[in-house]
Amino acid sequence: MPATFGARILYILQMYGMSYLSGAGTTLIIALISTAVGCLIGFAVGIVQTIPINKTDPLLKRGFLRVVRALLTAYVELFRGTPMMIQAVFIYYGSAQLFNLYMDMWTAALVIVSINTGAYMAETVRGGILSIDAGQTEGAKAIGMTHLQTMLYVILPQALRNIMPQIGNNLIINIKDTCVLSVIGTVELFFTHKTVAGALYTYFESATVTMVIYLIMTLACSIILRKIEKRMDGPDNFDLATTDTLAHTSGMARYAESNDDPQEARR
Amino acid sequence: MSAPILQVNHLSKAFGTNIVLRDIDFEVRPGDVTSIIGASGSGKSTLLRCINLLETPTHGEIIFHDNNVASGHVNAAKYRSKVGMVFQSFNLFSNLSVLDNCIIGQTKVLKKNKEDAKKSALSYLTKVGMAPYINAKPRQLSGGQKQRVAIARALAMEPELLLFDEPTSALDPEMVGEVLEVMRKLAAEGMTMLVVTHEMAFARDISNHVVFMANGVICEQGTPKDIFENPKELKTKEFLSRFMER
Repeated sequence: MPATFGARILYILQMYGMSYLSGAGTTLIIALISTAVGCLIGFAVGIVQTIPINKTDPLLKRGFLRVVRALLTAYVELFRGTPMMIQAVFIYYGSAQLFNLYMDMWTAALVIVSINTGAYMAETVRGGILSIDAGQTEGAKAIGMTHLQTMLYVILPQALRNIMPQIGNNLIINIKDTCVLSVIGTVELFFTHKTVAGALYTYFESATVTMVIYLIMTLACSIILRKIEKRMDGPDNFDLATTDTLAHTSGMARYAESNDDPQEARR
Repeated sequence: MSAPILQVNHLSKAFGTNIVLRDIDFEVRPGDVTSIIGASGSGKSTLLRCINLLETPTHGEIIFHDNNVASGHVNAAKYRSKVGMVFQSFNLFSNLSVLDNCIIGQTKVLKKNKEDAKKSALSYLTKVGMAPYINAKPRQLSGGQKQRVAIARALAMEPELLLFDEPTSALDPEMVGEVLEVMRKLAAEGMTMLVVTHEMAFARDISNHVVFMANGVICEQGTPKDIFENPKELKTKEFLSRFMER
Protein backbone atom coordinates (compact mmCIF):
# COMPACT_ATOMS: atom_id res chain seq x y z
CA MET A 1 0.00 0.00 0.00
CA PRO A 2 1.55 3.35 -1.01
CA ALA A 3 2.53 5.74 1.79
CA THR A 4 0.98 9.04 0.71
CA PHE A 5 -2.72 9.93 0.42
CA GLY A 6 -2.46 10.86 -3.27
CA ALA A 7 -0.65 7.70 -4.15
CA ARG A 8 -3.19 5.57 -2.28
CA ILE A 9 -5.98 7.20 -4.25
CA LEU A 10 -4.19 6.42 -7.51
CA TYR A 11 -3.68 2.88 -6.30
CA ILE A 12 -7.34 2.20 -5.52
CA LEU A 13 -8.31 3.86 -8.79
CA GLN A 14 -5.97 1.52 -10.65
CA MET A 15 -7.29 -1.49 -8.79
CA TYR A 16 -10.97 -0.64 -8.62
CA GLY A 17 -11.49 2.19 -11.13
CA MET A 18 -13.80 0.09 -13.27
CA SER A 19 -15.82 -0.98 -10.23
CA TYR A 20 -16.39 2.64 -9.27
CA LEU A 21 -17.43 3.47 -12.81
CA SER A 22 -19.87 0.62 -13.04
CA GLY A 23 -21.24 1.51 -9.59
CA ALA A 24 -21.67 5.10 -10.72
CA GLY A 25 -23.36 3.89 -13.91
CA THR A 26 -25.82 1.80 -11.91
CA THR A 27 -26.56 4.76 -9.63
CA LEU A 28 -27.12 7.07 -12.57
CA ILE A 29 -29.34 4.65 -14.47
CA ILE A 30 -31.50 3.92 -11.41
CA ALA A 31 -31.77 7.64 -10.63
CA LEU A 32 -32.67 8.66 -14.21
CA ILE A 33 -35.23 5.93 -14.88
CA SER A 34 -36.80 6.19 -11.44
CA THR A 35 -37.09 9.97 -11.65
CA ALA A 36 -38.75 9.68 -15.07
CA VAL A 37 -41.15 6.96 -13.93
CA GLY A 38 -41.74 8.85 -10.69
CA CYS A 39 -42.69 11.93 -12.71
CA LEU A 40 -45.18 9.90 -14.75
CA ILE A 41 -46.73 8.53 -11.55
CA GLY A 42 -46.78 12.05 -10.12
CA PHE A 43 -48.52 13.45 -13.20
CA ALA A 44 -51.10 10.66 -13.21
CA VAL A 45 -51.85 11.17 -9.52
CA GLY A 46 -51.86 14.95 -9.95
CA ILE A 47 -54.42 14.76 -12.78
CA VAL A 48 -56.74 12.48 -10.78
CA GLN A 49 -56.44 14.66 -7.66
CA THR A 50 -57.52 17.74 -9.60
CA ILE A 51 -60.54 16.28 -11.45
CA PRO A 52 -63.41 18.53 -10.44
CA ILE A 53 -66.28 16.76 -8.67
CA ASN A 54 -69.65 18.34 -9.46
CA LYS A 55 -72.79 17.91 -7.43
CA THR A 56 -74.56 17.07 -10.68
CA ASP A 57 -72.28 14.10 -11.47
CA PRO A 58 -73.77 10.63 -11.06
CA LEU A 59 -73.39 9.19 -7.57
CA LEU A 60 -71.31 6.26 -8.84
CA LYS A 61 -68.74 8.52 -10.48
CA ARG A 62 -68.46 10.71 -7.40
CA GLY A 63 -68.09 7.71 -5.07
CA PHE A 64 -65.50 6.09 -7.32
CA LEU A 65 -63.46 9.31 -7.54
CA ARG A 66 -63.55 9.76 -3.78
CA VAL A 67 -62.31 6.21 -3.16
CA VAL A 68 -59.52 6.52 -5.74
CA ARG A 69 -58.46 9.82 -4.24
CA ALA A 70 -58.39 8.42 -0.72
CA LEU A 71 -56.17 5.56 -1.93
CA LEU A 72 -53.82 7.96 -3.71
CA THR A 73 -53.59 10.20 -0.66
CA ALA A 74 -52.75 7.15 1.44
CA TYR A 75 -50.03 6.20 -1.05
CA VAL A 76 -48.51 9.67 -0.97
CA GLU A 77 -48.55 9.90 2.82
CA LEU A 78 -47.16 6.37 3.29
CA PHE A 79 -44.19 6.81 0.98
CA ARG A 80 -43.42 10.39 1.99
CA GLY A 81 -43.73 9.51 5.64
CA THR A 82 -41.32 6.58 5.91
CA PRO A 83 -37.59 6.32 5.10
CA MET A 84 -36.75 4.89 1.69
CA MET A 85 -34.22 2.58 3.32
CA ILE A 86 -36.88 0.76 5.32
CA GLN A 87 -39.26 0.82 2.33
CA ALA A 88 -36.58 -0.99 0.33
CA VAL A 89 -36.25 -3.73 2.92
CA PHE A 90 -40.04 -3.91 3.39
CA ILE A 91 -40.80 -4.29 -0.31
CA TYR A 92 -37.84 -6.47 -1.24
CA TYR A 93 -38.30 -9.05 1.51
CA GLY A 94 -42.05 -8.59 1.85
CA SER A 95 -42.75 -9.36 -1.78
CA ALA A 96 -40.65 -12.51 -1.50
CA GLN A 97 -42.25 -13.71 1.72
CA LEU A 98 -45.88 -12.77 1.04
CA PHE A 99 -46.22 -13.18 -2.71
CA ASN A 100 -43.32 -15.46 -3.57
CA LEU A 101 -42.12 -12.65 -5.80
CA TYR A 102 -38.34 -12.68 -5.91
CA MET A 103 -37.27 -9.42 -7.54
CA ASP A 104 -33.81 -9.09 -9.03
CA MET A 105 -31.61 -6.23 -7.93
CA TRP A 106 -32.57 -3.94 -10.80
CA THR A 107 -36.30 -4.45 -10.60
CA ALA A 108 -36.32 -3.95 -6.85
CA ALA A 109 -34.22 -0.79 -7.09
CA LEU A 110 -36.30 0.73 -9.89
CA VAL A 111 -39.62 -0.11 -8.25
CA ILE A 112 -38.65 1.30 -4.87
CA VAL A 113 -37.11 4.55 -6.06
CA SER A 114 -39.89 5.13 -8.64
CA ILE A 115 -42.79 4.81 -6.23
CA ASN A 116 -40.92 6.87 -3.68
CA THR A 117 -40.27 9.64 -6.20
CA GLY A 118 -43.88 9.33 -7.42
CA ALA A 119 -45.17 10.14 -3.95
CA TYR A 120 -43.17 13.35 -3.81
CA MET A 121 -43.90 14.27 -7.43
CA ALA A 122 -47.64 13.83 -6.90
CA GLU A 123 -47.60 16.78 -4.52
CA THR A 124 -45.19 18.75 -6.69
CA VAL A 125 -47.42 18.27 -9.74
CA ARG A 126 -50.49 19.24 -7.74
CA GLY A 127 -48.68 22.41 -6.73
CA GLY A 128 -47.64 23.00 -10.34
CA ILE A 129 -51.22 22.63 -11.55
CA LEU A 130 -52.49 25.02 -8.86
CA SER A 131 -49.86 27.56 -9.88
CA ILE A 132 -51.37 27.94 -13.37
CA ASP A 133 -53.82 30.82 -13.66
CA ALA A 134 -57.46 29.66 -13.57
CA GLY A 135 -58.00 31.64 -16.77
CA GLN A 136 -56.03 29.02 -18.70
CA THR A 137 -58.47 26.33 -17.60
CA GLU A 138 -61.43 28.55 -18.44
CA GLY A 139 -60.00 29.36 -21.85
CA ALA A 140 -59.61 25.65 -22.56
CA LYS A 141 -63.07 24.78 -21.26
CA ALA A 142 -64.60 27.59 -23.29
CA ILE A 143 -63.48 25.96 -26.54
CA GLY A 144 -64.98 22.66 -25.44
CA MET A 145 -61.97 20.79 -24.05
CA THR A 146 -62.57 18.01 -21.54
CA HIS A 147 -60.68 17.90 -18.24
CA LEU A 148 -58.13 15.46 -19.69
CA GLN A 149 -57.58 17.56 -22.83
CA THR A 150 -57.25 20.73 -20.78
CA MET A 151 -54.64 19.04 -18.62
CA LEU A 152 -52.68 17.44 -21.46
CA TYR A 153 -52.50 20.33 -23.89
CA VAL A 154 -52.73 23.45 -21.74
CA ILE A 155 -52.12 23.01 -18.02
CA LEU A 156 -49.51 20.27 -17.74
CA PRO A 157 -47.08 21.73 -20.31
CA GLN A 158 -47.07 24.95 -18.29
CA ALA A 159 -47.02 23.17 -14.94
CA LEU A 160 -44.11 21.04 -16.18
CA ARG A 161 -42.12 24.17 -16.93
CA ASN A 162 -42.85 25.56 -13.48
CA ILE A 163 -41.88 22.38 -11.65
CA MET A 164 -38.71 21.71 -13.64
CA PRO A 165 -36.52 23.02 -10.79
CA GLN A 166 -38.25 20.59 -8.44
CA ILE A 167 -37.81 17.70 -10.89
CA GLY A 168 -34.11 18.60 -10.94
CA ASN A 169 -34.12 18.49 -7.15
CA ASN A 170 -35.65 15.04 -7.21
CA LEU A 171 -33.16 13.75 -9.75
CA ILE A 172 -30.24 14.96 -7.67
CA ILE A 173 -31.75 13.59 -4.48
CA ASN A 174 -32.27 10.26 -6.23
CA ILE A 175 -28.66 10.11 -7.40
CA LYS A 176 -27.57 10.45 -3.79
CA ASP A 177 -30.33 8.44 -2.15
CA THR A 178 -29.85 5.32 -4.26
CA CYS A 179 -27.08 4.64 -1.75
CA VAL A 180 -29.70 3.35 0.68
CA LEU A 181 -30.36 0.52 -1.78
CA SER A 182 -27.09 -1.03 -0.63
CA VAL A 183 -29.19 -2.54 2.20
CA ILE A 184 -30.83 -4.87 -0.32
CA GLY A 185 -27.57 -5.58 -2.11
CA THR A 186 -27.86 -3.27 -5.08
CA VAL A 187 -24.33 -2.83 -6.39
CA GLU A 188 -24.39 0.93 -6.87
CA LEU A 189 -21.72 3.51 -6.10
CA PHE A 190 -22.03 3.44 -2.31
CA PHE A 191 -21.98 -0.36 -2.29
CA THR A 192 -18.79 -0.24 -4.37
CA HIS A 193 -17.25 2.21 -1.91
CA LYS A 194 -18.04 -0.05 1.03
CA THR A 195 -16.54 -3.03 -0.77
CA VAL A 196 -13.35 -1.24 -1.76
CA ALA A 197 -12.92 0.44 1.61
CA GLY A 198 -13.44 -2.85 3.40
CA ALA A 199 -11.02 -4.77 1.18
CA LEU A 200 -8.14 -2.31 1.45
CA TYR A 201 -8.93 -0.48 4.71
CA THR A 202 -8.88 2.82 2.80
CA TYR A 203 -12.07 4.47 4.09
CA PHE A 204 -10.96 8.06 3.70
CA GLU A 205 -9.44 7.58 0.24
CA SER A 206 -12.39 5.62 -1.09
CA ALA A 207 -14.84 8.12 0.38
CA THR A 208 -12.93 10.92 -1.35
CA VAL A 209 -13.17 9.16 -4.71
CA THR A 210 -16.85 8.38 -4.15
CA MET A 211 -17.67 11.96 -3.12
CA VAL A 212 -16.01 13.34 -6.25
CA ILE A 213 -17.90 10.93 -8.49
CA TYR A 214 -21.25 11.82 -6.85
CA LEU A 215 -20.46 15.51 -7.21
CA ILE A 216 -19.55 15.16 -10.88
CA MET A 217 -22.85 13.37 -11.56
CA THR A 218 -25.01 15.87 -9.70
CA LEU A 219 -23.23 18.90 -11.20
CA ALA A 220 -23.61 17.48 -14.71
CA CYS A 221 -27.33 16.95 -14.08
CA SER A 222 -27.74 20.50 -12.77
CA ILE A 223 -26.12 21.97 -15.86
CA ILE A 224 -28.12 19.81 -18.28
CA LEU A 225 -31.39 20.63 -16.49
CA ARG A 226 -30.67 24.37 -16.72
CA LYS A 227 -30.13 23.95 -20.45
CA ILE A 228 -33.40 22.06 -20.80
CA GLU A 229 -35.26 24.79 -18.89
CA LYS A 230 -33.83 27.43 -21.19
CA ARG A 231 -34.91 25.47 -24.23
CA MET A 232 -38.43 25.09 -22.78
CA ASP A 233 -38.71 28.86 -22.47
CA GLY A 234 -38.21 29.22 -26.21
CA PRO A 235 -36.67 32.19 -28.00
CA ASP A 236 -37.36 35.73 -26.84
CA ASN A 237 -37.85 36.90 -30.41
CA PHE A 238 -40.13 35.64 -33.11
CA ASP A 239 -40.30 36.08 -36.85
CA LEU A 240 -43.11 37.90 -38.53
CA ALA A 241 -44.79 35.66 -41.07
CA THR A 242 -45.02 38.32 -43.73
CA THR A 243 -43.04 40.20 -46.31
CA ASP A 244 -45.17 43.25 -45.71
CA THR A 245 -42.86 45.71 -43.98
CA LEU A 246 -45.82 47.77 -42.80
CA ALA A 247 -46.59 45.06 -40.26
CA HIS A 248 -43.43 46.05 -38.40
CA THR A 249 -44.94 49.34 -37.45
CA SER A 250 -47.85 48.04 -35.42
CA GLY A 251 -46.84 47.49 -31.83
CA MET A 252 -43.60 45.60 -32.36
CA ALA A 253 -41.71 47.08 -29.44
CA ARG A 254 -40.20 43.73 -28.54
CA TYR A 255 -39.07 42.88 -32.02
CA ALA A 256 -35.46 43.70 -32.78
CA GLU A 257 -34.35 42.97 -36.30
CA SER A 258 -31.54 40.43 -36.40
CA ASN A 259 -29.48 42.10 -33.70
CA ASP A 260 -29.55 42.38 -29.96
CA ASP A 261 -28.95 46.09 -29.70
CA PRO A 262 -31.46 47.33 -27.12
CA GLN A 263 -31.44 50.77 -28.75
CA GLU A 264 -32.63 49.20 -31.97
CA ALA A 265 -35.32 47.21 -30.21
CA ARG A 266 -36.73 50.27 -28.54
CA ARG A 267 -37.11 52.24 -31.71
CA MET B 1 -88.96 35.51 -36.95
CA SER B 2 -86.62 32.53 -36.63
CA ALA B 3 -86.45 30.30 -33.56
CA PRO B 4 -84.14 31.49 -30.80
CA ILE B 5 -80.69 29.90 -30.44
CA LEU B 6 -80.66 30.55 -26.74
CA GLN B 7 -83.39 31.11 -24.23
CA VAL B 8 -82.72 31.98 -20.62
CA ASN B 9 -85.70 31.27 -18.37
CA HIS B 10 -86.00 32.30 -14.71
CA LEU B 11 -82.26 31.98 -14.20
CA SER B 12 -80.92 32.58 -10.70
CA LYS B 13 -77.47 32.26 -9.26
CA ALA B 14 -76.38 32.46 -5.64
CA PHE B 15 -72.92 32.18 -4.16
CA GLY B 16 -73.81 30.88 -0.72
CA THR B 17 -76.35 33.32 0.64
CA ASN B 18 -75.31 36.05 -1.75
CA ILE B 19 -77.83 36.14 -4.58
CA VAL B 20 -76.11 37.50 -7.67
CA LEU B 21 -78.74 36.83 -10.33
CA ARG B 22 -82.51 36.83 -9.88
CA ASP B 23 -85.08 35.50 -12.29
CA ILE B 24 -83.31 36.41 -15.54
CA ASP B 25 -85.31 36.03 -18.76
CA PHE B 26 -84.20 36.82 -22.27
CA GLU B 27 -83.52 35.19 -25.59
CA VAL B 28 -81.05 35.37 -28.45
CA ARG B 29 -82.08 34.78 -32.07
CA PRO B 30 -79.74 33.97 -34.95
CA GLY B 31 -77.91 37.11 -36.07
CA ASP B 32 -78.75 39.03 -32.91
CA VAL B 33 -76.11 41.27 -31.40
CA THR B 34 -77.18 41.67 -27.78
CA SER B 35 -75.36 44.02 -25.43
CA ILE B 36 -75.64 43.55 -21.69
CA ILE B 37 -74.90 46.80 -19.87
CA GLY B 38 -75.03 47.83 -16.26
CA ALA B 39 -72.90 48.93 -13.32
CA SER B 40 -70.05 46.80 -11.98
CA GLY B 41 -71.37 44.12 -9.66
CA SER B 42 -74.79 44.03 -11.32
CA GLY B 43 -74.27 40.39 -12.33
CA LYS B 44 -73.51 40.84 -16.05
CA SER B 45 -70.38 38.72 -16.10
CA THR B 46 -71.88 36.05 -13.85
CA LEU B 47 -74.81 35.80 -16.26
CA LEU B 48 -72.45 35.27 -19.17
CA ARG B 49 -70.43 32.70 -17.21
CA CYS B 50 -73.64 30.86 -16.32
CA ILE B 51 -74.58 30.74 -19.99
CA ASN B 52 -71.25 29.09 -20.77
CA LEU B 53 -71.62 26.83 -17.70
CA LEU B 54 -68.43 28.17 -16.16
CA GLU B 55 -70.74 28.82 -13.23
CA THR B 56 -73.55 26.43 -12.37
CA PRO B 57 -76.88 28.28 -12.17
CA THR B 58 -78.78 27.75 -8.94
CA HIS B 59 -82.21 27.77 -10.58
CA GLY B 60 -83.72 28.19 -13.98
CA GLU B 61 -83.19 27.02 -17.51
CA ILE B 62 -80.76 27.78 -20.30
CA ILE B 63 -82.33 26.39 -23.45
CA PHE B 64 -79.91 25.91 -26.33
CA HIS B 65 -81.72 24.55 -29.39
CA ASP B 66 -84.47 22.92 -27.29
CA ASN B 67 -81.99 21.40 -24.80
CA ASN B 68 -81.81 22.65 -21.24
CA VAL B 69 -78.04 22.80 -20.79
CA ALA B 70 -78.39 23.91 -17.18
CA SER B 71 -80.02 20.61 -16.21
CA GLY B 72 -76.68 18.96 -15.48
CA HIS B 73 -77.42 16.12 -17.89
CA VAL B 74 -75.81 17.76 -20.88
CA ASN B 75 -72.22 17.26 -21.98
CA ALA B 76 -70.82 20.66 -21.05
CA ALA B 77 -67.69 20.31 -23.21
CA LYS B 78 -69.75 19.53 -26.31
CA TYR B 79 -72.09 22.46 -25.66
CA ARG B 80 -69.19 24.84 -25.08
CA SER B 81 -67.62 23.86 -28.40
CA LYS B 82 -70.66 25.44 -30.07
CA VAL B 83 -70.71 28.57 -27.92
CA GLY B 84 -67.51 30.60 -28.10
CA MET B 85 -66.32 32.86 -25.33
CA VAL B 86 -63.96 35.82 -25.30
CA PHE B 87 -62.68 36.81 -21.87
CA GLN B 88 -61.73 40.12 -20.32
CA SER B 89 -58.27 38.72 -19.51
CA PHE B 90 -57.84 37.02 -22.93
CA ASN B 91 -56.90 33.61 -21.47
CA LEU B 92 -54.76 32.66 -24.44
CA PHE B 93 -52.80 29.47 -23.83
CA SER B 94 -49.38 30.80 -22.83
CA ASN B 95 -47.57 27.61 -23.79
CA LEU B 96 -48.72 27.79 -27.42
CA SER B 97 -47.95 30.08 -30.33
CA VAL B 98 -50.64 32.33 -31.79
CA LEU B 99 -51.27 29.83 -34.60
CA ASP B 100 -51.44 26.81 -32.27
CA ASN B 101 -53.84 28.67 -30.00
CA CYS B 102 -56.23 28.79 -32.94
CA ILE B 103 -55.53 25.21 -34.11
CA ILE B 104 -55.66 23.16 -30.94
CA GLY B 105 -59.42 23.32 -30.37
CA GLN B 106 -60.11 22.39 -33.96
CA THR B 107 -57.86 19.31 -33.94
CA LYS B 108 -58.53 18.08 -30.40
CA VAL B 109 -62.19 19.02 -29.91
CA LEU B 110 -63.60 19.13 -33.45
CA LYS B 111 -61.20 16.37 -34.59
CA LYS B 112 -60.32 18.19 -37.79
CA ASN B 113 -57.11 17.27 -39.55
CA LYS B 114 -54.08 19.47 -39.06
CA GLU B 115 -54.07 20.91 -42.61
CA ASP B 116 -57.69 22.07 -42.57
CA ALA B 117 -57.31 23.41 -39.04
CA LYS B 118 -54.28 25.44 -40.04
CA LYS B 119 -56.02 26.82 -43.11
CA SER B 120 -59.04 27.92 -41.14
CA ALA B 121 -56.91 29.30 -38.29
CA LEU B 122 -54.97 31.39 -40.79
CA SER B 123 -58.13 32.73 -42.39
CA TYR B 124 -59.54 33.85 -39.01
CA LEU B 125 -56.22 35.31 -37.93
CA THR B 126 -56.17 37.26 -41.19
CA LYS B 127 -59.67 38.49 -40.47
CA VAL B 128 -58.58 39.95 -37.12
CA GLY B 129 -55.33 41.28 -38.61
CA MET B 130 -53.04 38.98 -36.66
CA ALA B 131 -51.77 36.75 -39.48
CA PRO B 132 -48.22 38.21 -39.36
CA TYR B 133 -47.87 37.16 -35.73
CA ILE B 134 -48.60 33.43 -36.00
CA ASN B 135 -45.18 32.50 -34.61
CA ALA B 136 -45.40 34.75 -31.56
CA LYS B 137 -46.18 33.55 -28.06
CA PRO B 138 -48.98 35.37 -26.19
CA ARG B 139 -46.49 37.03 -23.82
CA GLN B 140 -44.93 38.80 -26.80
CA LEU B 141 -48.17 40.53 -27.80
CA SER B 142 -49.89 43.70 -26.66
CA GLY B 143 -53.29 43.51 -24.98
CA GLY B 144 -55.22 44.46 -28.09
CA GLN B 145 -53.30 41.92 -30.15
CA LYS B 146 -53.97 39.22 -27.58
CA GLN B 147 -57.68 39.96 -27.60
CA ARG B 148 -57.82 39.81 -31.38
CA VAL B 149 -56.11 36.40 -31.29
CA ALA B 150 -58.58 35.30 -28.62
CA ILE B 151 -61.43 36.30 -30.95
CA ALA B 152 -59.81 34.35 -33.80
CA ARG B 153 -59.44 31.34 -31.51
CA ALA B 154 -63.12 31.46 -30.64
CA LEU B 155 -64.12 31.96 -34.29
CA ALA B 156 -61.99 29.00 -35.40
CA MET B 157 -64.40 26.74 -33.52
CA GLU B 158 -67.15 28.10 -35.81
CA PRO B 159 -69.52 28.70 -32.92
CA GLU B 160 -73.22 29.37 -33.35
CA LEU B 161 -73.06 32.02 -30.67
CA LEU B 162 -70.15 34.08 -29.42
CA LEU B 163 -70.06 35.44 -25.86
CA PHE B 164 -67.89 38.44 -25.00
CA ASP B 165 -67.14 39.16 -21.34
CA GLU B 166 -66.02 42.81 -21.20
CA PRO B 167 -63.58 42.24 -24.05
CA THR B 168 -62.09 45.73 -23.92
CA SER B 169 -62.09 46.43 -20.17
CA ALA B 170 -58.50 45.27 -19.62
CA LEU B 171 -57.13 47.26 -22.55
CA ASP B 172 -55.39 50.59 -22.81
CA PRO B 173 -57.66 53.18 -24.39
CA GLU B 174 -55.68 53.23 -27.64
CA MET B 175 -56.15 49.47 -28.07
CA VAL B 176 -59.89 49.43 -27.50
CA GLY B 177 -60.54 50.63 -31.02
CA GLU B 178 -58.81 47.77 -32.81
CA VAL B 179 -60.81 45.17 -30.86
CA LEU B 180 -64.14 46.98 -31.30
CA GLU B 181 -63.40 47.25 -35.02
CA VAL B 182 -63.10 43.46 -35.27
CA MET B 183 -66.34 43.01 -33.31
CA ARG B 184 -68.08 45.51 -35.54
CA LYS B 185 -66.97 43.54 -38.58
CA LEU B 186 -68.28 40.29 -37.08
CA ALA B 187 -71.62 41.87 -36.28
CA ALA B 188 -71.91 43.14 -39.85
CA GLU B 189 -71.25 39.61 -41.11
CA GLY B 190 -74.22 38.30 -39.16
CA MET B 191 -72.40 36.61 -36.28
CA THR B 192 -74.71 36.01 -33.31
CA MET B 193 -73.13 37.79 -30.38
CA LEU B 194 -73.85 38.36 -26.72
CA VAL B 195 -71.64 41.13 -25.38
CA VAL B 196 -71.15 42.29 -21.81
CA THR B 197 -69.68 45.76 -22.23
CA HIS B 198 -69.01 49.18 -20.81
CA GLU B 199 -68.64 50.59 -24.32
CA MET B 200 -71.93 52.47 -24.63
CA ALA B 201 -71.17 53.52 -28.18
CA PHE B 202 -70.84 49.89 -29.19
CA ALA B 203 -74.06 48.93 -27.40
CA ARG B 204 -75.92 51.83 -29.03
CA ASP B 205 -74.56 51.63 -32.57
CA ILE B 206 -73.79 47.96 -33.18
CA SER B 207 -76.23 45.88 -31.19
CA ASN B 208 -79.87 45.35 -32.07
CA HIS B 209 -80.89 44.44 -28.55
CA VAL B 210 -79.78 45.95 -25.26
CA VAL B 211 -80.24 44.43 -21.81
CA PHE B 212 -79.74 46.72 -18.83
CA MET B 213 -79.00 44.98 -15.54
CA ALA B 214 -78.99 46.34 -12.01
CA ASN B 215 -78.54 44.44 -8.73
CA GLY B 216 -78.84 41.02 -10.31
CA VAL B 217 -82.07 41.60 -12.23
CA ILE B 218 -82.85 42.73 -15.75
CA CYS B 219 -84.13 46.23 -15.17
CA GLU B 220 -85.03 46.98 -18.74
CA GLN B 221 -84.44 45.55 -22.21
CA GLY B 222 -85.23 46.60 -25.73
CA THR B 223 -83.79 48.07 -28.88
CA PRO B 224 -80.84 50.44 -28.49
CA LYS B 225 -83.22 53.22 -29.43
CA ASP B 226 -85.61 52.30 -26.59
CA ILE B 227 -82.86 52.08 -24.01
CA PHE B 228 -80.66 55.00 -24.98
CA GLU B 229 -83.17 57.52 -26.23
CA ASN B 230 -86.24 56.58 -24.31
CA PRO B 231 -85.38 54.72 -21.10
CA LYS B 232 -88.44 53.95 -18.99
CA GLU B 233 -86.82 52.97 -15.71
CA LEU B 234 -85.29 55.51 -13.38
CA LYS B 235 -82.24 53.27 -12.78
CA THR B 236 -81.56 53.09 -16.51
CA LYS B 237 -81.75 56.86 -16.82
CA GLU B 238 -79.40 57.35 -13.88
CA PHE B 239 -76.92 54.80 -15.19
CA LEU B 240 -76.89 56.26 -18.68
CA SER B 241 -76.61 59.84 -17.51
CA ARG B 242 -73.57 58.90 -15.43
CA PHE B 243 -71.99 57.39 -18.53
CA MET B 244 -72.87 60.25 -20.82
CA GLU B 245 -71.38 62.83 -18.46
CA ARG B 246 -67.91 61.29 -18.80
